[in-house]
Amino acid sequence: MSQIEEVSLEKFKHLVSERALTGETMLLNMGPQHPSTHGVLRLLLELDGEIVVNCIPDVGYLHTGIEKNMEAKTYQKAEVMTDRLDYMNTVGNNLAYVMAVEKLIDLDVPARAQGLRVILTELQRIASHLVWLGTSGLDLAAMSMFLYCFREREQILDIFELVSGQRMMTTYFRPGGVWRDVPVEFEKAVRDFIKIFPKRVDEYESLLTKNPLFIDRTVGLGKLDGAVALSYGVTGPPLRASGVNWDLRKARPYCGYEQYDFNVPVLNDGDVYARYLVRIQELRESLKIVEQALNKLPLGPVRSDNRKFVPPPRSEIGVSMESLIHHFKLWTEGFPAPKASIYSAIESPRGEMGLLLEGDGGPKPLRVHLRTPSFDNLAVLSQIVKGHLVADLVAILSSIDIVLGDIDR
Amino acid sequence: MDKKLEPIVKTIQDKFGAALEEFRNEAHLFVKPEQIVDALTQLRDEFNFELLSALTAVDYFPQEAPRFHVVYQLTSLVKNLSVQIRVPVNGSSPKVPTATRVYDVANWREREILDMFGIEFEGHPDPRRILSPEDMEGHPLRKDFPLGYEEPQFTFNFDEIDLRKPYAKE
Repeated sequence: MSQIEEVSLEKFKHLVSERALTGETMLLNMGPQHPSTHGVLRLLLELDGEIVVNCIPDVGYLHTGIEKNMEAKTYQKAEVMTDRLDYMNTVGNNLAYVMAVEKLIDLDVPARAQGLRVILTELQRIASHLVWLGTSGLDLAAMSMFLYCFREREQILDIFELVSGQRMMTTYFRPGGVWRDVPVEFEKAVRDFIKIFPKRVDEYESLLTKNPLFIDRTVGLGKLDGAVALSYGVTGPPLRASGVNWDLRKARPYCGYEQYDFNVPVLNDGDVYARYLVRIQELRESLKIVEQALNKLPLGPVRSDNRKFVPPPRSEIGVSMESLIHHFKLWTEGFPAPKASIYSAIESPRGEMGLLLEGDGGPKPLRVHLRTPSFDNLAVLSQIVKGHLVADLVAILSSIDIVLGDIDR
Repeated sequence: MDKKLEPIVKTIQDKFGAALEEFRNEAHLFVKPEQIVDALTQLRDEFNFELLSALTAVDYFPQEAPRFHVVYQLTSLVKNLSVQIRVPVNGSSPKVPTATRVYDVANWREREILDMFGIEFEGHPDPRRILSPEDMEGHPLRKDFPLGYEEPQFTFNFDEIDLRKPYAKE
């Protein structure tokens, strides 16, 4: 037993302080099975009493080789893998992927499909932030937050089920548009949500924003400087809470985000409380986008009619020989993409979700790299927890809002 | 390519003799491994590319020279520009100098490339595998690493396949 300990210490020697080697400070595993690590994450902590001296995150417990698997599938079939990355942002991952494919093959998307994409991605952002709010409330002993947040999230997942048949792994967006048009009940379901949700956000805020217990446990904790955040590649709400105004929806609008009027909340404190406030404001902003997109949603086709890349509708197959050929070719062989490489990114609830997609001239990608925001956001954790209590580490970790499926891929 | 990006690309091309490829408005610059740290430092300090958005590699097996491209996707928040730097690396004992001194994000991303492609980063402060287990052999994202599969077992061939199935051993 003692031999095993020596070996493992040898491996981490360059990461811990001198005092750990003499046994003055304690090395302690937090995780991989721990309720506040939001998944299967192991943190190796060096502790001086209750104070964190060093924190070494160990990731990879959920590694499933998604990038490798995608290389073995055609462009259409690889899309289902993206749902499984960040399981709180399935719709957003689909969007990142289909946008990358559309950029690679240069495919246009009809306006109605763009509008639907915006509505669903913003609903997904709200759902994702609600899960974060609920679970981080749970970490700080605000038990009831969890129940309220999941009540509203359930309503969003019902909308997803309505349009795609699936609550989470929707794969509703397809290269060239969306799978099919939304059912007639869709508009009412979204309008119902828009009607109740602002009051619900007020409710959450009345529970937390001015709650002295919550403020005690969040203000001034885990300070992250804007320049440090950029150097560590931190994006999304943690970056905007550190005073850097960077949101891809504003900076490089895609899917017609330039038509909608919304603000990007930016705060300067860079602590856990600022990250909380940024996300709470984003809930309201996302709802504004959903409402505008629904009001502006044009009628028309929801799929591109470029038959070289997009399968024809079912009704055409029985009457048109050409459609039958296209259908057959697309589902057996897939469509070829040029031998070139592109990088395309969207603003996911956690930050910049980017894809480096490289084609080799055939129907399967040569390389798919998924630049997942949680991976880089977690790397900064070891810098911002130094000197804090173990109990505060839990609050800081949850304020970064990591999803382990997103990190490990 | 964006008009604002042209002078930047020109500077890097002149200074490092970098080749330029363009596709769908993206600029990809090719520099040699020994120049990458200088190129990144100049782009960060002089041209405000303060965010290293993505750092990854691509394997072009069976091509050997160069077999890999290490890809640096840079973003400038101030100028709202992107540029991609590619470093071609040969297949036998691939090595690239580390970028951790320029961007902290390179630490974990380079560990990921080491893990997945077996490309070494000289001077990296913490060269351990990050996603796969420490005792794993091989580098999964290399093209010569098999994807692997499980044979479907039916009643008629259940025992036969069971015999050669790789179960976890003690």
